[in-house]
Amino acid sequence: MPMTKLCPIADLRQLTGDVFSLTLEAGELARTTRPGQFVNIRCSEGLLLRRPISVCDVEGTLLTVVFQVKGEGTQWLSRRQAGEELDVLGPLGHGYDIPQGKVLVVGGGIGVPPMLYAAKCCQEADACVGFRSADNAILLEELNAVCGKVLIASDDGTLGVHGFVDTLVRQTLSEERYAAVFACGPRPMLKSVAQAAKEGNTPCYVSMEERMGCGVGACLVCACSVGGHYKHVCKDGPVFNAEEVDW
Amino acid sequence: MEKIDLSVHLAGVTLKNPVVMASGTFGFGREFGQFYDLSELGGICVKGLTLHPREGNPPPRIAETPMGILNSVGLQNPGVDGFIAHELPWLREHDVKIIANISGNTPEEYGVMCEKLSQAGVDMIEVNISCPNVKAGGLQYGVVPEMAAQVTEEAKGHSDVPVMVKLSPNVTDITAIARAVAEAGADALSLINTIRGMRIDVRTRRPVLKMNTGGLSGPAVLPVAVRMVWEVAQAVDLPILGMGGVSKGEDAAQLMLAGASAVAVGTACFADPYAPLKVRDGLKKIAAEQGLACVSELTGGVRPW
Repeated sequence: MPMTKLCPIADLRQLTGDVFSLTLEAGELARTTRPGQFVNIRCSEGLLLRRPISVCDVEGTLLTVVFQVKGEGTQWLSRRQAGEELDVLGPLGHGYDIPQGKVLVVGGGIGVPPMLYAAKCCQEADACVGFRSADNAILLEELNAVCGKVLIASDDGTLGVHGFVDTLVRQTLSEERYAAVFACGPRPMLKSVAQAAKEGNTPCYVSMEERMGCGVGACLVCACSVGGHYKHVCKDGPVFNAEEVDW
Repeated sequence: MEKIDLSVHLAGVTLKNPVVMASGTFGFGREFGQFYDLSELGGICVKGLTLHPREGNPPPRIAETPMGILNSVGLQNPGVDGFIAHELPWLREHDVKIIANISGNTPEEYGVMCEKLSQAGVDMIEVNISCPNVKAGGLQYGVVPEMAAQVTEEAKGHSDVPVMVKLSPNVTDITAIARAVAEAGADALSLINTIRGMRIDVRTRRPVLKMNTGGLSGPAVLPVAVRMVWEVAQAVDLPILGMGGVSKGEDAAQLMLAGASAVAVGTACFADPYAPLKVRDGLKKIAAEQGLACVSELTGGVRPW
């Protein structure tokens, strides 16, 4: 059940040039959050829309999100101080259903953070992550702590394999059986990861993104075509079966 | 303060308080019903219904603007039969007035929907002649007085419950439409629907909305709504459901002083799911401060210069 809660900031850290990690004392809201779900954070009185951000990690009552500064709202969020309270709505959306067995988690750029909590909740997990360059890499230590292996690709070859993450996925799936692939990242990446998973006969679940309004499924703005119909990212998703998404 | 009577009347329908949820922002109530009992509300205008199910417009369907939002949902809904079968029975379990919002492609479609919904047992029908986001019907009926009157007559002729007509602000003179609709037999008016607007991403030079333009709502439109309610209240002798940018008690009080009998809350729910209850409590506080016995005493109470 979603709730609104004023959550004190326990920690706010800059991870790279424009990516920040925000940890909130979220009480019951943290305890009930499932992997792949998101929270909707009020970013000042002047902005009417909350900013939806996927949950990166949960430790007891502490909930961490990692976000990229993209506009006015995330800019405001990046300038908060520890101890300040944020108005948080969550947990929201339908996340990843955790299967029996080993899962391959796949993240691209700012899509990497939700894969940490997803990997933690699986019995066993390996990870394939992609970044633009070495300077943009985030959460590698944290992923290494919860995954068997972590394979890395970068667009410019400054870190790990030179190329895109779907190449790593294809290779990994040819070497080992996985119960499922979980993916989050830009849409073109998700499309190619879904294709790689299909070739590898592995079920694939992807976290989709769309401009959002209410965050709870009432206003119907965050439409995403799934199975020939407009579903809503905030309520039916953000996680969808990749086979059903109309790419 | 406890003794203040919050109930209001809207075309013979008694609402336990003046706060109604605006159509299109509250779905069929299930989502926000997770936060509080829907019986706390005066009424719910359900998501706009059409005769047949509609998928709506391609995304993006929303853009944030200064103190507002633009939307172009395009009436995605399960159709009037789907609503009656799957949503209405659940809504009816709550002590709240249910107002069915309808849009038709032809005047006849409005009549068919009114018949179905009256029989199914809604409390009121809100006739949408002002949706800016669909090509057929919608707005085109709301900008020409004769067409607005024709749709109103058709709805009235097929409805056993009061018919409220929702007016568009996208007109030169809203009172001309209000008069035409009143003469055609409308029982109440609701206003304003969203104001047509546009936002462009200067980097990509693309409009943010896939449909290029959409409807503006939120606090930015409140002064327009207050002005239009005030003008319409003077032009016709019909009860008014006022809406547009209400997010606190004072906003609702402004619309009531301008002439509204009740107020609708919409976009404010996106920032705060509890906004309608805060508007209700804020109105009660204002009534108490002004020593009123009934909140309905605010209606039409503006003292213009």
